[in-house]
Amino acid sequence: MTEAEVDTRIRDLIKPFNKKEVEITDATTFQNDLEFDSLTVMDFVAEIEDEFDVIISMNQQAEIENYGQLVAAVHKLQDS
Amino acid sequence: MTDTVTESAERADLFAKFDPIIQTRETLLASGVEDPYNLVMEKVLSPTRAICNGRDTILLGTYNYMGMTFDPDVLDAGKQALADYGSGTTGSRVLNGTYQGHKECEDALKEFYGMDHAMVFSTGYQANLGIISTIAGKGDYVVIDIDSHASIYDGCAMGNAEIVPFRHNDIEALEKRLRRIPDGAGILVVLEGVYSMMGDVAPLKEMVAICKKYGAMVLVDEAHSMGFIGENGRGVCEEQGVIDDCDFIIGTFSKSVGTVGGFCVSNHPKFDIMRLVCRPYVFTASLPPSVVATAATSIRKLMHGANKRAHLWENSRTLHAGLLDLGFELGTQEPQSAIIAVIMPDLQQGAMMWEALLKEGLYVNLARPPATPANMTLLRCSLCAEHSAEEVQTILAMFERAGKAIGIIA
Repeated sequence: MTEAEVDTRIRDLIKPFNKKEVEITDATTFQNDLEFDSLTVMDFVAEIEDEFDVIISMNQQAEIENYGQLVAAVHKLQDS
Repeated sequence: MTDTVTESAERADLFAKFDPIIQTRETLLASGVEDPYNLVMEKVLSPTRAICNGRDTILLGTYNYMGMTFDPDVLDAGKQALADYGSGTTGSRVLNGTYQGHKECEDALKEFYGMDHAMVFSTGYQANLGIISTIAGKGDYVVIDIDSHASIYDGCAMGNAEIVPFRHNDIEALEKRLRRIPDGAGILVVLEGVYSMMGDVAPLKEMVAICKKYGAMVLVDEAHSMGFIGENGRGVCEEQGVIDDCDFIIGTFSKSVGTVGGFCVSNHPKFDIMRLVCRPYVFTASLPPSVVATAATSIRKLMHGANKRAHLWENSRTLHAGLLDLGFELGTQEPQSAIIAVIMPDLQQGAMMWEALLKEGLYVNLARPPATPANMTLLRCSLCAEHSAEEVQTILAMFERAGKAIGIIA
């Protein structure tokens, strides 16, 4: 899957979590812009893990602050 | 090199990060409620009663499940050890800090659990911290329930393994994660018998079977079930028939045993090497002789505590049913342990209810985020085998008056 395809699918997955309909760019942060709390993060990560059949460990999650980093990380994970 | 730093160089105040929690606390206290996190017990009368902030109070938030803290045999053992061995060991378990009493305490644990090895730590927190951070190394995976205790999270943070959380008590979510872990990587799954916030138990039967299917080692924290759940009080893993498939059981002396300390028991043939490689075991002083003497005596008495266990279950069922009848929202639909969590609408009302109960003469724990799941505010009740049936009725009457006064029940 190309990075653009990963991006398209994550954009769909994020919709139900994006309650305030914040415009999503690569620089959009989960904590500040989207205001995800820890429970939301867990549910959102679980959706992505199931969709791409990957594991995003808490160690990896700690490195991912914004949307662009997430797409890049998932692209890399599902390629490996 | 840049210019020398001037005296007035702008630096962040390291305490600035605590401003939000300082603000929350100040707002709460400004409303006039008694500080829920600054309670002083001036006198302790029994496992179930104390003078708290000047009032005679029934204790319903102490985890003193089996009421061993004033058991005459336990107290005698402690006094004798204090006289014979002194007030402290002043040393690490691996140097000068292992006395006869520490070995006897480990022997009592081996017998209690029917396991080959037992290792006593200075606290339950350190037991989780030490075992998890030591056995799971770089490239290994630790799979944990999202509602795990802080000591489990801190054990994960201290180690170098990949940490993978799954939704609370969700068997399918656990299996999905185990299935995705790369071949060859070592896996430790950490579960709890009873989760202390809501008082719910884990589906260990199914979960342990899945762990074995994927070749994972299983650690079960039975802190809140020891002495109470299972035929011999070994915990939820005994009750659900999977204790033989648990690689490690972690527990504490600060609940049913009635003192302080932690432990890990295991049948792993190499387990004893932990004594040399587990830093939270090595780099701290061992428990005082009086503490291990009280623990060993208490553990041996808990082996024969069937009657007390039965009474504690009665208390739990009565309180649970009574609170539901009064209209309170509880953490579980049926009583699953000796913990009953009463769900409060928010922190403000929770603190008001906590204070109203304290004024009635009842102490419970006020639990709030981030310690609680789903950002809930809870009044957490933990019952004791020494609460009489009449005391449980008194407690229910206190909840009824306080709940109506604060407007939490109609």
